[in-house]
Amino acid sequence: MEKKEFERPYIKKIRAGVPSKFGMPVQAEPVTHIDGVPVAELITDFGSPLFVISEKSIRRTYREALEAFRSRYPEVQFAWSYKTNYLDAVCRTYHSEGSWAEVVSGFEYDKALSNGIKGSQIIFNGPEKSRDDIVKATENNSLIHIDHFDELYMVTEVAETLGKKPRVAIRINMDTGIYPMWDRFGFNYENGEAWDAINRIMMTGKLELTGLHTHIGTYMLAVNAYAVAASKLADLAVRIERKYETSIKYIDMGGGFASRNTLKGAYLPGRDTVPSFDDYANAITGALLNSEINPGRLPLLILETGRALVDDAGYLLGTVLANKRLSDGRRSTIIDAGVNILFTSFWYEHEFYPAKHTSDHLEETTIYGPLCMNIDVLRESVAFPLLRRGDNFVVKRVGAYNMTQWMQFITLRPAVVMIDEAGKPHIIRERETVDTVTHNEIVPTHLKSE
Amino acid sequence: MNMKLKKNIALSESGFVFDPTTGDSYSLNQEAREVVRLMNEGKELSEITDYMVSIYNVGRNDFEKYFFDFASMLRQFRLLEDEQD
Repeated sequence: MEKKEFERPYIKKIRAGVPSKFGMPVQAEPVTHIDGVPVAELITDFGSPLFVISEKSIRRTYREALEAFRSRYPEVQFAWSYKTNYLDAVCRTYHSEGSWAEVVSGFEYDKALSNGIKGSQIIFNGPEKSRDDIVKATENNSLIHIDHFDELYMVTEVAETLGKKPRVAIRINMDTGIYPMWDRFGFNYENGEAWDAINRIMMTGKLELTGLHTHIGTYMLAVNAYAVAASKLADLAVRIERKYETSIKYIDMGGGFASRNTLKGAYLPGRDTVPSFDDYANAITGALLNSEINPGRLPLLILETGRALVDDAGYLLGTVLANKRLSDGRRSTIIDAGVNILFTSFWYEHEFYPAKHTSDHLEETTIYGPLCMNIDVLRESVAFPLLRRGDNFVVKRVGAYNMTQWMQFITLRPAVVMIDEAGKPHIIRERETVDTVTHNEIVPTHLKSE
Repeated sequence: MNMKLKKNIALSESGFVFDPTTGDSYSLNQEAREVVRLMNEGKELSEITDYMVSIYNVGRNDFEKYFFDFASMLRQFRLLEDEQD
């Protein structure tokens, strides 16, 4: 006699009167394949845990974003935000689509150059630029975005020393009606500091003021804030033209577009609430086109979108290590990926999916990572089917920031695989080994064994 | 080890459980219904395991893990008689 399929014995408390009023489906559908490649096969071939990046998704999302802006504004340029994901294969995918590079350190600058980007297509942001960095960026004719007066004076000094006129923009922070207001980057608009910096640059004549830049925040759900910011930058551009009879070449609206991940504490899932690229594009281009800028001399619009472009393309695959009951009866599942590699679990309610169908019964589950640390909690509470030890799971939307902010801590960092447009997986970063960690360590002679 | 549901717990054939002491109600899946039936018949864990692995596609160790997890939930919901060793 053929045995019946087994499902674990299960008792569920019936709770009347507390259904979701929106009737949203809970996540139970398994994610069995990524771009046609079986999840189980990826884990067998490349180990667990494993980051997987979909090249197809990167290109599709990029083209969608570009189309949203190009259909509304004559000249648009994206610059790939290196800090969001600076794996070379990822950066080169964006560059092959026509994206420039946006970097915030000398390390990222060198990475961009090694990825074949011309110096003139590198935007150098951030509060940390050494004098050597400024010299290199000046020699390469890069776009230097000045963050504070100390940097402004340093760039001016480098210009005098080299006898070159660096192309610069100033970073401007402003009140766009959102809270908290980001005022740590650049010069403030409302208190006149930004105008002081512009005057300083124009009067010395040693720098070429090519652009105006702002970065109003991150995971911005209010598209109107971008409209306010674009209006204020347009206002500055008009004032510059009026006073100095020179046109600003570009307006850079920075990044901050939200991805479809759900922030912790959010009532509704991000995939239902996050504005589309069209929404952002409409706000920004509408404000620029309706400004007093001469329509015949509209500046290039630059966008440094990172998170919204790459988050959907990243997946984290892993394996269940154990299940256990907590003291209050809640179930917990321990997996082999911790907060050290899924850094964004500190602010997102990440979507966890089983990699195969296991059960129709869902149970409130706490998902713990493998670290021997109390903070290693990936989901406090998620309706999840019972997975057995050895079963695989998939976390969606992890392409942004995890592969740059991850920490080597207790465990080694996993491999990263990119699936190309033809569905072929390529390893783009090897799994770390003990040697990766100890390579830079030096043991004093007296502590070496005989 | 011998576990049984409390005598006043109402259990329907479709797996609906009602606890008149608290007013709470619960649902059981097919496997849980069978386990509860065997428990209430006074069967030992080894006998319950023998039966379940003969009917279902599950190994002994796996079933025992699930059984202990299920029993802990019954205990958590205070549905079990005082247990005897």
